[in-house]
Amino acid sequence: MEKDRKWLIVTFDSTTDAMRMEKEAKAAGLPGRIIPLPTQISAGCGLSWRADPDDKERLESFMKERGIDHSRLVIIDAPLRRR
Amino acid sequence: MIYLDNAATTLRKPETVAKAVFEAINTLGNPGRGAYDASLEASRVMLDTRQLLARLFCVEEHPERVAFAMNSTESLNTAIRGTLEKGDTVITTVLEHNSVLRPLYRTVGEDNMIILGCDENGMVWPEDFRAALEKTDKKVKAIVCTHASNVTGNVLDIKEIGRLARDHGALFIVDASQTAGCLPVDANDADILCFTGHKSLLGPQGTGGMYVRDGMDIVPLKTGGSGVQSYLKTAPAEMPAHLEAGTQNAHSIAGLREGVKFILSEGIDNVHKKDDMLAGAFYDEIKDIPGVKFYGDFSLGERAPIVSISIRGIDSGILAFTLSEEYGICARTGAHCAPLMHEALGTQKSGLVRFSFSYFNTIEEVHETSAALHKIAQSV
Repeated sequence: MEKDRKWLIVTFDSTTDAMRMEKEAKAAGLPGRIIPLPTQISAGCGLSWRADPDDKERLESFMKERGIDHSRLVIIDAPLRRR
Repeated sequence: MIYLDNAATTLRKPETVAKAVFEAINTLGNPGRGAYDASLEASRVMLDTRQLLARLFCVEEHPERVAFAMNSTESLNTAIRGTLEKGDTVITTVLEHNSVLRPLYRTVGEDNMIILGCDENGMVWPEDFRAALEKTDKKVKAIVCTHASNVTGNVLDIKEIGRLARDHGALFIVDASQTAGCLPVDANDADILCFTGHKSLLGPQGTGGMYVRDGMDIVPLKTGGSGVQSYLKTAPAEMPAHLEAGTQNAHSIAGLREGVKFILSEGIDNVHKKDDMLAGAFYDEIKDIPGVKFYGDFSLGERAPIVSISIRGIDSGILAFTLSEEYGICARTGAHCAPLMHEALGTQKSGLVRFSFSYFNTIEEVHETSAALHKIAQSV
């Protein structure tokens, strides 16, 4: 069901952290992408990393291992797809 | 044309530099502002350049502590005005460029500056700093000095001076304008290291920046849009946004990225070796000209690729003019924005001519220039 889809959003305090996340995740073949920070979440940086909630632990340990600072991990309802 | 004013701006850059600026100006949006590709691409360029610079300056783990500025002058103003106040005691040297001296005069006041003199070869040694630190009864807030003189090419031992600063609880601010990109530079030696992009880093004018050690409290020179934490009334606390108000020069930084990439791929030690070979050959080829005088300590193992001379009986301004008019050789005379250095060398009136080399100069250019000098010297 479409309404059950969830997004994992990683927020950051700085653009540099968000961009490091993108660069290192891409290089490591980790799925996800940069998206504008959904307005329902508050964070310092307007860029966030969107991934699948199933990857939460994997992402957390990845960021820890690479020393990528992040602010929070939040799971939100995915917006409805365009019909 | 033979271009030997690389200590001012390097003119010949890797071809990739101009190409990258052309490409960037047509494709990059505003860095750090949007999540669409043109903006993200600008942010990617900025991050990549920070990482390359961090690697070059031996602080690979901390690209976020590299903030961009338009040149060393801007980063030195940020460093000096952002950490010091009127009345603070600082130690500096006669080697300094006005980009260090003028912000210091303005910020702490001339009476609070302990300005170290140099020896007859224009050198200031760690011992001189140690003696000054021990002699003064004031608490020294900072040592601010250049890594290499832009007049003589003399390199100061910033590792040892940094150690002394730390031992005495003083900040250490280094001006690496003349060494970043042509000599190994370890930013760990300093609390703040300022650099420019348009000299040996082979980037466009209007690029440069500073490395700021973790835990440094530095008041930004400017505040403005940051793309992050927009509801704060102050600059964001996080580096590099803390020091990067307003839209950054991503178009030119794309060029700087290629310059730094080039240096890293050639290897900084190889760049230094070639520069040294050119400057050394030039010195050897002109040292027998009657009346030639060199300014600087040529016995130092490590030097910036600068050879400054005067020739007895020839006005230095006329010498530089003759080189450029008759031989197409670009060298620099004048004060080099380093008034105290010239006073210390006694050249404020007589002047000198500065030849500064880059990785793109050739040994043939060195031969031609020394031949021209021999010819000019014979004509007087």
